[in-house]
Amino acid sequence: MDNYLLQIHNGQVIPRADIPQVPYDVFYTELSAFVKNEGFIVQYFAYQEENANRLLAVVRNSAGLFVIGTETGRTFKSLTGAVSEKFHMFEREIAEQYGLKPDGHPWLKMVRYHKNYSGEEDVFGNNYSAEIPGNYPYFKVDGQAIHEVAVGPVHAGIIEPGHFRFQCAGEEVLHLEIQLGYQHRGIEKMMPTMPQKRFPIICETIAGDTTIGHNLCLCQAMESLSGKNVDKGAKIVRSIALELERICNHIGDLGALSGDVAFNPPAAYFGRLRGEFLNLLQVLSGNRFGRGLVRPGGVAHVMGDEQRQLIRAKLAETTPEIEHVCDLLFTAHTVLARFEHTGTVKHEMAKDLGLVGYAGRACNIGYDARVSFPTEMYGELPPNSNHVTQGDVLSRATVRREEIMHSLKIINMLLDKPETTAAPVQMEDCALKPDSFVVTINEGWRGEVSHCVLTDSSGKVQRYKIKDPSFHNWTGLAMSLRNQEISDFPLCNKSYNLSYCGFDL
Amino acid sequence: MLKVFKNKLEQGCKTSAYPKVPINLYHRFRGLPVIDSNCSSDVVRQCAVICPQEAIDVSARTIDLGRCTFCGQCETVANGAFVKFSQNFELGAANRSDLITGGSLPALADHAKQHFKKLFGRSLQLRQVSAAGCNSCEADTNVLNTPFFDLSRFGIDFVASPRHADGIHVTGPISRNMRQALLDTYEAVPAPKVVIASGCCSISGGPFYGSDEVVGDLNSLLPVDLYIPGCPPHPLTTLHALLQYFK
Repeated sequence: MDNYLLQIHNGQVIPRADIPQVPYDVFYTELSAFVKNEGFIVQYFAYQEENANRLLAVVRNSAGLFVIGTETGRTFKSLTGAVSEKFHMFEREIAEQYGLKPDGHPWLKMVRYHKNYSGEEDVFGNNYSAEIPGNYPYFKVDGQAIHEVAVGPVHAGIIEPGHFRFQCAGEEVLHLEIQLGYQHRGIEKMMPTMPQKRFPIICETIAGDTTIGHNLCLCQAMESLSGKNVDKGAKIVRSIALELERICNHIGDLGALSGDVAFNPPAAYFGRLRGEFLNLLQVLSGNRFGRGLVRPGGVAHVMGDEQRQLIRAKLAETTPEIEHVCDLLFTAHTVLARFEHTGTVKHEMAKDLGLVGYAGRACNIGYDARVSFPTEMYGELPPNSNHVTQGDVLSRATVRREEIMHSLKIINMLLDKPETTAAPVQMEDCALKPDSFVVTINEGWRGEVSHCVLTDSSGKVQRYKIKDPSFHNWTGLAMSLRNQEISDFPLCNKSYNLSYCGFDL
Repeated sequence: MLKVFKNKLEQGCKTSAYPKVPINLYHRFRGLPVIDSNCSSDVVRQCAVICPQEAIDVSARTIDLGRCTFCGQCETVANGAFVKFSQNFELGAANRSDLITGGSLPALADHAKQHFKKLFGRSLQLRQVSAAGCNSCEADTNVLNTPFFDLSRFGIDFVASPRHADGIHVTGPISRNMRQALLDTYEAVPAPKVVIASGCCSISGGPFYGSDEVVGDLNSLLPVDLYIPGCPPHPLTTLHALLQYFK
């Protein structure tokens, strides 16, 4: 079956002409066979070329990364209902972005609510002069005892906006539909029209908590397309930054989980400890989220002995504190009683949805892009392995605990490497290879982050495609709530802590 | 229980003595820019050309902190001949025009709306609205509730309902899809009310200026009282601005 799919590598530029272009029915059968056989979707999107609508899919399995393309008319046969739920959001996104209709899609509705890019007739029949985001029909459960709960877009805390629609029988949630789009800033549409100097600034804010993850994807793509090399010293700094980002977020979320079950001491301690790691990113880059650090060709700030020393000392100081607070959290039986068997997603379900990152690993899907498609220094570093895989809140929390300890260990290993980058690198315009295609993948703290770039014949970015891991995982949260008490929603939500803006773009 | 005590002993009290005792941020932190207005026009022009945010005005020799993301690239031109970023995190301003700066900002405590100090000086309740914020502004606002900053000790809290609030604190470039929800939230806050624009997104659209999916300037929708620049603003920038403006 691999006759049609072309094997590619993470961050490798290939000529667009090399992307296999097959008729849609071949595309359909190839993808369905691949996805049914332990295959997962990395990217699946539409673009326009010489007035033709094209679809392009990047997929992965344990053998590697593959690409395949096709041409389609205004409608194409949906893969979602007939083949796999993994296609669900991707097909809805294609419909919304280019006005192409996946025929037979079981739940075809807006992903983000915006005009399409192609000027084709709107698939959803919307007139976008009215501001009605979220004001759509929802999946409804009928019955006299059923009630509906609507939450958002503005939530109670300091948090991004989104809408949650619960169908409940008493306290029990029968169904949750998550409708996002409120954060839509039009990033994919604006990227090809912007000067290169704005690229890193924009990509650092796709999802602010994944500043390093998304910006690495951009910079690796730019480096491949322009033939820039990155020295080992810079790769060390980038890897450290990505791990610091992971630690910050995991620690913050363990604190928030603790707060959600009303166990305040770890919430306070983790809240403060998270700040220590944000400050380490500031030591590296001058910004608590690592902005202004990663640039095409390397890093804008060299890690000298002073920074190395500061990071090393802070890790030595905080590691026992983290261990002790984790011990406090994970041995409190009041906490365990709330974490265990709450928000469970079974392995089979997780596989069918294509969950990634810790959400997937908590369901025994071992995929970690640092291991499968290593970039930067990850080829030389030991992988993490996790053993609590029931798919409940406890599993997701435990995976994060293990990943914090693993990240602390590998940062120390990276600090021991003597190489220092030759010189800081600033953003400058670079000539990109024309008519080329590249896909980059990194394991951000939430999971697989991926960017795709297609350049035109003059070397300009023609299509820029971004995928945050949240694009896969929001459905996981919805499934976690099935037959749960609605009061467990905050806890389940925090155990995933997905990105609204990373999804909405 | 014993573990709670042991952890409490290990953690100790971490709350900062700021503002009584000043805090020095690490020297790589980029705060208020120091501008040399006598520097050669060539250098200023070079800075303006590379600025991704178009925040530098060549003829006036100013930087618009409402557009700047503090990426620091202009600092690398000619070794910082035109601009160097200091570690001064005190960046809040009461007027949009104050943010277009030649290197200094007016004292925030002397702003025009002195009655706010009387109304809200002892208790200020804010409703945070993220309108397409990327979760950095949100995260570094949330951080003010952690033990180090402990915002509540100043009588300032973020509340769940706009009905309980004295004003709104807005982050993000205000996507078209959040415009109405933002206006509804503002409407639900009882008057007199405060509007705070936090982060360069809510002030100018930030990294997303030019996108037709965002409004980009909070002041075009609602009358902004307090501007807090940054990408995102450092928690101390926010804390300083709130204390100076309301206390």
